[in-house]
Amino acid sequence: MRLFLGFVKKEFYHILRDRRSLFILFGMPIIQILLFGFAITNEINHVNIAIFDHSKDVTTHEIINKISASSYFTINQLINNEKDIESVFKKGKIKAVLIFERDFNKKLITNKSPTVQIIADATDPNTANTISNYINAIIQTYVKEINKDVPVVYQINAQSHMVYNPELKSVFMFVPGVMTVILMLVSAMMTSISITREKELGTMEILLVSPLKPIQVIAGKVIPYVFLSVINAMVIIVLSIFIFKMPVQGSLILLGFESVLFIITALALGILISTISATQQTAMMISLMGLMLPVIILSGFIFPVGSMPLPLQIISNIIPAKWFIIILKAIMLKGVGIMYIWKETLILLAMTLFFIILSTKKYKIRLE
Amino acid sequence: MENVIEAIGLTKSFGAFTAVNAISFHVQKGEIFGFLGANGAGKTTAIKMLIGIANPTSGAAKVAGFDVFTEAESIKRNIGYMSQKFALYDDLTVKENITFFGGIYGLTRAAIKTKTQALIDELNLENVANHLVGSLPLGWKQKISFSVALLHNPKIVFLDEPTGGVDPITRRQFWEMIYKAAHQGTTIFVTTHYMDEAEYCDRVSIMVNGKIEALDTPKNLKKTYKAENMNDVFLKLARG
Repeated sequence: MRLFLGFVKKEFYHILRDRRSLFILFGMPIIQILLFGFAITNEINHVNIAIFDHSKDVTTHEIINKISASSYFTINQLINNEKDIESVFKKGKIKAVLIFERDFNKKLITNKSPTVQIIADATDPNTANTISNYINAIIQTYVKEINKDVPVVYQINAQSHMVYNPELKSVFMFVPGVMTVILMLVSAMMTSISITREKELGTMEILLVSPLKPIQVIAGKVIPYVFLSVINAMVIIVLSIFIFKMPVQGSLILLGFESVLFIITALALGILISTISATQQTAMMISLMGLMLPVIILSGFIFPVGSMPLPLQIISNIIPAKWFIIILKAIMLKGVGIMYIWKETLILLAMTLFFIILSTKKYKIRLE
Repeated sequence: MENVIEAIGLTKSFGAFTAVNAISFHVQKGEIFGFLGANGAGKTTAIKMLIGIANPTSGAAKVAGFDVFTEAESIKRNIGYMSQKFALYDDLTVKENITFFGGIYGLTRAAIKTKTQALIDELNLENVANHLVGSLPLGWKQKISFSVALLHNPKIVFLDEPTGGVDPITRRQFWEMIYKAAHQGTTIFVTTHYMDEAEYCDRVSIMVNGKIEALDTPKNLKKTYKAENMNDVFLKLARG
């Protein structure tokens, strides 16, 4: 045991004395979570729009007032000429132009359904879509308001209610994803690099010739990273709760247990990578290309798995991160207990065992 | 004299390729045994079998009285090993390195403390004991590395090209350390590409294509092969 503690202590020296790895360990999680939380968002805020009002009557004024009163839009410009529309878009500041047709109020009163045209800059299709939806919603609300005394026959009202994330905050989606990415990166990449470093330096050989058993060597290298990854997971959770008001509906203990399980999965992967790579650079490349990309693209972190082509959906099943994200979302947003996520947990557990067995085997072969 | 290494027909094959082909030899206690051979002759594989990190395909060998097949763990406790990379941790201080390596050989804290002090005194390291090893010159690393390999008083110490890349003066000093250790009863098993170093050994074996082609004292080898020096002996054998 004392032997082992000495090993762990040495490993901490390595980590604490290397500014680069310290930064990756603790700087990166904080930066990533802040970046994803603040910068990358699907919501729109104070989008600049322009108005081309042919009527300039009571109704159009009221609609324009409604739009400018919402925090989503800022009316930046009034256009009076058809030709100006294009030049306004080309300048790039205006993301949408609203065109009210002639005699708007008159048509409305005489029941001729006036039209508002929304022209949106679709160089960014998602934003264009959102803008058009938001403006539509504002106009619909207004129509309802002016019709409230008129009995309308045969009307269907769709009422949508968003559960688990009523405000549709994108940060709720990013936190589980970022947490997964960071734990994967720190655990798998850092361990594989630190093990291959010993190979490169030749110290691995010395360790193998010593009375230490290979399993002790590996455990000694890995345990500090378990410890650090757990701290990381806690930092991420605390940050997201206090800065982004991310809820944790479910049990924190269950969340902790699942996180440790995923950390061990990632560490096992890291060991596996270190057995197949001879240099630190190779280990880093394999970790980045082989782990990071699938984690970001195929895990459902950014792109929903359900809308991928079938082959990709099938591949996504072998990515541990996918299961961990499902678990995280279930615990944090839905507040479910282990009864609802035992299947995902079991899958992660099986994958972890598989990676551990495989890397032990590989490790032994390498010793020959 | 007591034999600390005994190998009989030790063989290692990788598929159809036989890296080490039935080598038989013995090394006596306190001897400096030079293990020579061209690159690829099978030296490294042979050493790996003797230090317990590779299983022989056939044959038999005992190191420090333990069987390489069944008692590899006991062998590891009784040998020291130093590779051509002088593997120490660059980002640890001299003291931390000594403490760590002493620790993995199961030395007690008190023992490590005395050993560290003795080592620092012997190598005149007072001023750099708390410096990172990475900041020290190669020759110092080599000496510290050797001392670390001897930390747990092994019966045999294996040195795999311990003088690669080191200047002649430092090499000379290093060999003085080797002599001293041998004098105290530690058996030295050393590989080298420097033929002047081969002359310092008590006995020398020369491996060619997986086999030991010659094994004798440097003096007898020179006589047998009618050579001026070990360099000529080596060239005659290695060229076949």
